[in-house]
Amino acid sequence: MCFQVSAALRDGHVTPTELCQRCLSLIKSTKFLNAYITVAEESALKQAEESEERYRRGQPLGVLDGIPIAVKDNFNTAGIETTCASNMLKGYISPYNATVVQKLLDQGAVLLGKTNLDEFAMGSGSTDGVFGPVRNPWSYSRQYKEKSVPKSHSEDEESNWVITGGSSGGSAAAVSSFTCFAALGSDTGGSTRNPAAHCGVVGLKPTYGLISRHGLIPLVNSMDVPGILTRCVDDAAVVLGSLAGHDPKDSTTIQDNFKPFELPNLTDVSKLSIGIPKEYHAPGLSSEILALWSKAADLFKNAGAKVIEVSLPHTRYSIVCYHVLCTAEVASNMARFDGLEYGHRSDMNKSTESMYAATRREGFNDVVRGRILSGNYFLLKQNYENYFVKAQKVRRLIANDFVKVFGSGVDILLTPTTLSDAAPYTEFIKEDNRTRSAQDDILTQAANMAGLPAINVPTALSERGLPVGLQFIGRSFQEKQLLTVAKWFEKQVKFPMIQLEEVKRHDHGVFQHQKSASFS
Amino acid sequence: MAAVVVRGCGGVWRRTWQRGARGPGPAPRGQHAVACNARGGAVPAGKSGPAPWVPVVGLEIHAQISSNSKLFSGSQVQFAAPPNSLVSFFDASLPGTLPVLNRRCVEAAVMTGLALNCSINKKSLFDRKHYFYADLPAGYQITQQRVPIAVNGSLSYSLCIDNKMNQMVTKTVRIKQIQLEQDSGKSLHDDTRSQTLIDLNRAGVGLMEVVMEPDMCCGEEAAAAVRELQLILQTLGSSQAVMAEGQLRVDANVSVHHPGEPYGVRTEVKNINSIRFLAKAVDYEIQRQIEELENGGTILNETRAFDSKLGCTVPMRDKEGKQDYRFMPEPNLPPLILYDAKSLPANMNHQQVVNIDWIHERLPDLPSVKRAKLVEQYGILPEHSFTLLSWLVFLCNYATHCTSPVHAGIGFLLEKNEDGLAEFFENVVKQTQMKPKKVIGWIINDLLSHLKQHSLTVKESPVSSFLLADLLNLLVKKDISSTAAKQVLAELWKGEGKTPLEIVKKKKLGLIQDQKELEQICQAVIDRQENEVMAIKSGNQKVLNKLIGLVQRETQGRSNAVVVRQILEKKLSE
Repeated sequence: MCFQVSAALRDGHVTPTELCQRCLSLIKSTKFLNAYITVAEESALKQAEESEERYRRGQPLGVLDGIPIAVKDNFNTAGIETTCASNMLKGYISPYNATVVQKLLDQGAVLLGKTNLDEFAMGSGSTDGVFGPVRNPWSYSRQYKEKSVPKSHSEDEESNWVITGGSSGGSAAAVSSFTCFAALGSDTGGSTRNPAAHCGVVGLKPTYGLISRHGLIPLVNSMDVPGILTRCVDDAAVVLGSLAGHDPKDSTTIQDNFKPFELPNLTDVSKLSIGIPKEYHAPGLSSEILALWSKAADLFKNAGAKVIEVSLPHTRYSIVCYHVLCTAEVASNMARFDGLEYGHRSDMNKSTESMYAATRREGFNDVVRGRILSGNYFLLKQNYENYFVKAQKVRRLIANDFVKVFGSGVDILLTPTTLSDAAPYTEFIKEDNRTRSAQDDILTQAANMAGLPAINVPTALSERGLPVGLQFIGRSFQEKQLLTVAKWFEKQVKFPMIQLEEVKRHDHGVFQHQKSASFS
Repeated sequence: MAAVVVRGCGGVWRRTWQRGARGPGPAPRGQHAVACNARGGAVPAGKSGPAPWVPVVGLEIHAQISSNSKLFSGSQVQFAAPPNSLVSFFDASLPGTLPVLNRRCVEAAVMTGLALNCSINKKSLFDRKHYFYADLPAGYQITQQRVPIAVNGSLSYSLCIDNKMNQMVTKTVRIKQIQLEQDSGKSLHDDTRSQTLIDLNRAGVGLMEVVMEPDMCCGEEAAAAVRELQLILQTLGSSQAVMAEGQLRVDANVSVHHPGEPYGVRTEVKNINSIRFLAKAVDYEIQRQIEELENGGTILNETRAFDSKLGCTVPMRDKEGKQDYRFMPEPNLPPLILYDAKSLPANMNHQQVVNIDWIHERLPDLPSVKRAKLVEQYGILPEHSFTLLSWLVFLCNYATHCTSPVHAGIGFLLEKNEDGLAEFFENVVKQTQMKPKKVIGWIINDLLSHLKQHSLTVKESPVSSFLLADLLNLLVKKDISSTAAKQVLAELWKGEGKTPLEIVKKKKLGLIQDQKELEQICQAVIDRQENEVMAIKSGNQKVLNKLIGLVQRETQGRSNAVVVRQILEKKLSE
């Protein structure tokens, strides 16, 4: 299904430098999307050159050699600013690479830049970062423009653009607008899958412990995983293969060796058992998505798979528990930002304490400060048992729900990823970040609570011409099975290619060449 | 409640208790309440107090783990390195860094736990303890609050009563737990420029926090317990435990109450940087609390610092007001799992597991065992084994030597580095024919007192074990008298590189071997001392010693007293 960029590089049809230059010029012409915070043009071209030299010698490092990638701006990158879209880290240049970044570079990938996000990955819209909101490339697609009827002609298209979802919205937009072939996101409660769904790309949240978190600036250590955003499931498998495995710098990674895999083409799904968790009929689920979900279930059924309704009874408690655990860890993780060792430091110097207070007030936005406040409340001695400990117990129950369902013979769970398609920015910001996060993480965060692998597969366009995705949740460390099923599904649904009018207008030639390009 | 007091301070405490415990109510009218120190000097606690006071002392000891690298990072551990030269990204809490547990630190904690008779938890957990402080870069310390690595141990220590080495008592303090945790950095406050400078070299160094139950009742007990712990740590090598370098830090929790009543409000005394100061600080604090309460005051639950110059404790300004540490499990570290021979999985990489049994089998002899072996092997007195293997010497009773009203009744301790004294003794014993029982006298009375006078450590001694053995051999062979031996030793201290034999020859200190010459000298003494000879002949044999002494003086100590006695007896019976 995918164009073999890697083969093209190998065969010399295109050089890494050409590829890199095309991406860089696309980044420029799609600057209005605000997908990137930092574009590392110089170092990217240098990396491309080195890659080119390897191809010339006939010794590329592997499938990823010369492939342009982007990385969410909450992964440390040596020599390139890492901001977390926060005033706190504006201008911060890390002295080291996150393990996942290092692994990509070691395999010859070309790092184009750092992508936009909600401040410290706290959000579900990619609208709450200090560098401004990310715009969904689909806002500028022919598909959306044809179907969305402007409320009035006086309203310019400026107010019609839709959000990417978040918090890895920059990475999703970057992949969706062809400015890179793969991007790293992070996924704590759905931050990779949610924007992937809204931007019509594949978003994989691997099993907790499969990929190193070293160098990922944490949101919630016990749930964070580096996420993978690509244009097709095969690509996600390739990137996963290059990142997975034990890292001595992250004690929560598994010790067992991880063997990269190629995905087989499933021809027979009759041995598969697909579970449809009834609790995912969440309040607010759009009828459109509900219909799509049923259609997908039918697709499996019609192909001979066993499709059964299952119950994950504690699901409805999941989001509140997620919030308690999330804010508690946020309060703890953010304690290090005091302006002493790095990052923003306030001019206030009356005392160390007043300097801390001013630094943190100036450095963090309302969302971050709000979560720190509630997290500290939950961790107070008098509240710890009532909130944190209880939430942890419920978390165990939620994880056990999954264990039971998978133990009963279900291979994969099929659910919606989001409640609806992407909202226009003007609509989205009518509610505050907390409300939005509670709504938008509802279908995704349970997989984080249980540590399970889950993937968003773009499925169809909504009535408004916007992408809608479905989520597959697999067994712990059974990524191969999960991705194999996802690949089969991807093949069946034939999700349409984005037709980027705006990009065409801006950079016609490059877009034509990049169209449908994938690397594996 | 009685058990609490019995665990307290020696005999006098018990007597005090019995006096006060006639009824649950106040002591009989007119009876003065008393507080006592370990030596039994009862101290009136006040003029109208209803009952005696029972001090309760518990200790929290932070021992820096002796390890090449820090607890969770690869940075080197080194005392007095240039500021901020030993700081990894993790130590500086750079965002995205994660802790990786140092196996050596785990082993050191297991070793220490076993040596302190603890049960080792096969599964322990790490927690975050939050507070904002400039030398705590992450805003939290990783510690073991919920399930520490070792629990429920005990430590036996000995101290002497009334300052008499032959009245040693052995006591036991329960060890509540040992937890692994990170050290903080150091803040240097520059008040003139109103700046605080931060050195993160120490940030993240592995600590073992040893929590002792409040089983002690005075400074001397606390000091003796800490000294024994220090010796154990040094024997194990799990910590260098040098207090002056901050490798062993002691906080004391002190309270006082009346017998039969609940414990009083306690204060925590910090900033104690020597064992001697520990005893002083605790005793001061006990006295202060008693006086405060006797005067109708109350004790605040506060942190106080010991001011070694003033010899008193002063309130410390708290770091962040009332602290709520907001403990939380450390999510980046899985539970610490330890194995024993039974639970060790067969296919496990041995580099990745810590085997408790393996460590147990390799524990060195602890100080108490070493002392018992010294007593058994060499026939020396138990108290001498303590002199050889302990570095606390209770020199004098402060109350009798010091006029300071603040410190009346507080024991005075002399600290001296006698590290290696036992080895020195054993080396001398190996190289001489002299009986160990006699050697110990030379070690304690001559070597040790000389070292003390000149503030030298055993390792700095100008007289090596070889030279001392050489000298003692001359004595054994009766080549010299013991008086002469002392003279030779006095020469040896000068460290001029001469052998004992050379000194004997040069100074003509060898015994007079010529029987006739000795007989002539004896005869001369007899001839001069008519009265004494008369006395001896009339039956007063004690006077013979005087004659022997005179012969010794005549020969300048170069005569063998036994031979001289024989000659004199023979001549006087003629």
